[in-house]
Amino acid sequence: MKATVYVPQDSGALSLGAEAVATGVQAEARKRGHELQLLRNGSRGMYWLEPLVEVVTDAGRVAYGPVSPPDVPSLFGAGFLQGASHPLHLGLTEEIPYFQKQERMTSARVGVTDPSSLEDYCLYEGFRGLRNALTLSGEQIIKELIESGLRGRGGAAFPTGIKWKTAFDTPSEQKYVVCNADEGDSGTFSDRMIMEGDPFILIEGMIIAGIAISATQGYIYLRSEYPHALRVLNLAIEKAYEAGYLGKDVLGSGKKFDLEVRRGAGAYICGEETALLESLEGKRGMIRYRPPLPAVVGLFGKPTIINNVITLASVPIVFDKGAAFYKNYGVGRSRGTLPFQLAGNIKRGGLVEKAFGLTLRELLYDFGGGSFSGRPIRAVQIGGPLGAYLPESQFDIQLDYEALSGIQAMLGHGGIVAFDDTVDMAKMARFAMEFCAVESCGKCTPCRIGSTRGVEVIDKIIQNRNRNANLHLLKDLCDIMVNGSLCGLGGLIPNPVLSAMKHFPGDFGIKDVEQFSVA
Amino acid sequence: MPSGSSGDVASIVQALKHKPGALLPILHGIQEKFGYVPSEAVPIIASELNLTRAEVHGVVSFYHDFRSKPPGRHVVRICQAESCQAMGSVELTTFAKERLGVGFHETTKDEAFSLEPVYCLGNCACSPAMMVDEEVFGRMTPQRFQKILQEVVGQAE
Repeated sequence: MKATVYVPQDSGALSLGAEAVATGVQAEARKRGHELQLLRNGSRGMYWLEPLVEVVTDAGRVAYGPVSPPDVPSLFGAGFLQGASHPLHLGLTEEIPYFQKQERMTSARVGVTDPSSLEDYCLYEGFRGLRNALTLSGEQIIKELIESGLRGRGGAAFPTGIKWKTAFDTPSEQKYVVCNADEGDSGTFSDRMIMEGDPFILIEGMIIAGIAISATQGYIYLRSEYPHALRVLNLAIEKAYEAGYLGKDVLGSGKKFDLEVRRGAGAYICGEETALLESLEGKRGMIRYRPPLPAVVGLFGKPTIINNVITLASVPIVFDKGAAFYKNYGVGRSRGTLPFQLAGNIKRGGLVEKAFGLTLRELLYDFGGGSFSGRPIRAVQIGGPLGAYLPESQFDIQLDYEALSGIQAMLGHGGIVAFDDTVDMAKMARFAMEFCAVESCGKCTPCRIGSTRGVEVIDKIIQNRNRNANLHLLKDLCDIMVNGSLCGLGGLIPNPVLSAMKHFPGDFGIKDVEQFSVA
Repeated sequence: MPSGSSGDVASIVQALKHKPGALLPILHGIQEKFGYVPSEAVPIIASELNLTRAEVHGVVSFYHDFRSKPPGRHVVRICQAESCQAMGSVELTTFAKERLGVGFHETTKDEAFSLEPVYCLGNCACSPAMMVDEEVFGRMTPQRFQKILQEVVGQAE
C-alpha cells in the first residue's frame, strides 16, 4: 500500500527546514523503493515540534518531530511509514495534549488539509456555510451574524454583524468587501496560518460578506512580509474561480463576486482600516478622519465591509453550524473562540484556539510550559505593540475582551508575548515609542511628534537626568497622545509605556510609586 | 536606471494601469523588475496615472518596502519586534551588523547584502526570525546566521 506522509509548507515550518525534510523524505523513499504520497499541509501550530512530519495510519495520523534532514534515514529504518516507534515519535497527532485540549473551529482545518486542494476543503465540510447563506436574504444573513455574537478579531472587537448592517443599509450601486490581512502585531501569526493553511475558509467568508451586502468586488490587503501566503491565496483564488465559487455567477446563484489579493508595502499603519483603504486606493497610508465610517464611505468612497482575516474566516462556521452553536462558546460578551498565539520567550510556542474565558496562566504554563529560557516569566505583552505589559500578579486574568479592558489592557488580535526576568522594561517602553515614531503616518501631531519626544524623555529617565521631572513629563505626554491622537497607533502606544511604568517602577528608577501610579 | 529601460517601465505601467488604485501594484511591478524604483520611472508613472510627480514620490517614500537605490544581491531583514527581542534579536542584530560591516539600510561593499530592519515576520513562535530575500528563518543564532549567509552566497555562485 502506498503510504501518505505530510510535511508542512507553513512558513514557520519552512523557517526551521521543512523543505529540506520534504526533499529528504522523497529521496529516501526512492532509495528504498517505497511508494509514497507526499502531501504538504499547513502547520498544526505546535511550533516547538516543527518540522512536524505526519504519517497516515489506520489508527489516525501519527506525528514525528521535530524532524531534521539527518533524522530521515533512521525514521525509514524504524518503520515510521507504519507509525512505528522512534525517538521522535509523538503518537497520534490529535492526542498530543497541546492539540487535544484546544477548541479548534476557525483553525479546524489548518495543518489537517492540503491548502491547495479544493477537494480537501469540501471533504472537510468546506463551503457548507456559503451554500446555506445563499438560501438566505441579506437581512437574514446579517441577523444570523448579529445573533452569533461574533466581534472583530483584528483587535477592536466591534460587533461584526452591526458593521455589515451599516454597509447593508447604505444605498449604493457599488459596494466592497475588504479583508485586512496586514497582520503587523508582534506575537501574532494566526492570520498567516489561516491564509497559508486553509485559504478557502477566508475566501468563503468573503463571498458570504459580498452576498450579504450585494458587494461584487473583494480585496485581500496582504502585508508584503508574507510571500508564502500570497502564493497560497492566489492559487486558492484561481481554483475557486475555476470551480465557480468566484466570478459572475457564484454557485449558479446569479450573484457576482470577484476577489483579488493586493500587496502592502511594509507599513504597520496600514493595518488601521482607513489607512489600509487609502493604500488600496494607491495613496500614502495616511489615516482618515472618522466619521464617516468605512461602512458608509469606504473604498473609493463606497460602502465597504472591512474585517480582519480571523473574523471573516469565522463567518463560514456561523452559517454552517448556526449562530446558536457559535454563541455557545465563550463568556459574557466575548462569544466564540479565539486563536491565541503564544510567542516570545516561551517553551511551547504556537497556536492555541480556545473559547474565551481561559486564564493567561493556563495559556502560559499549561500550554506554553513556561519560559523557553527556563527563567521565571516576568512580563507578558498581550495584543501586540499597542498592548499593555502584564506582571505575574495579573496572570490569573480571564482572557476576554471586557476582563482585559477592566485592567487597562487589551486582547487585540490574541498575540501573547512572554519575557523572562532578564527583560528591562524601561527599554521596552522606549521601544514602544521608537516603533511608533518609525510607523506613524504623520497625520496628527501627538503621534508624529509625541513618539519622538517620548523616546527622548525615556532616554533621559534611563540616564537618570532630572528623572522625577521627566517621569511627570512622560505621563503628561502619554495623556496627550491617548486623548489627542486620531487613531489607535498614537492613542494606544501609551499602553505599553504606562503599564511598564506602573508594574515595573524599579526599571525606571521610580522610588515613590504612588506619585506615578496610573489610573 | 539602466539605459533603454524606460520601455520596461512603460510596459509595466500599461499592463497594470487599468486596475483601480493601480499605483502600489505598479510600484511593486517595477521594484520586482529593477530591485528598486528608479527616479526616472516616477515621471513616466505620474503621466500615465494622471498624478503629479510629487504624489508618486510621496507614495514611494512613504512605504518602507520601496527603495530608490539598488539593493545588494540579497536583502537580509532581521525582525526587531517584541517577540524576537524577548529571544535575543538585539544581540543577533549587533552580530549581523559587525559581521557584514554595515548598519541598517546599508549595503555591503561587495554589494552582496543589504541589511534592513523588519517589524514582525509572523514567525513569532520561532523567534528570533529573519528573512533573506523571500525566505524566512526561525530560531536564529549568530552561528546559524553565519551558516545561512554562506549557503546563500554558495547557491548564487
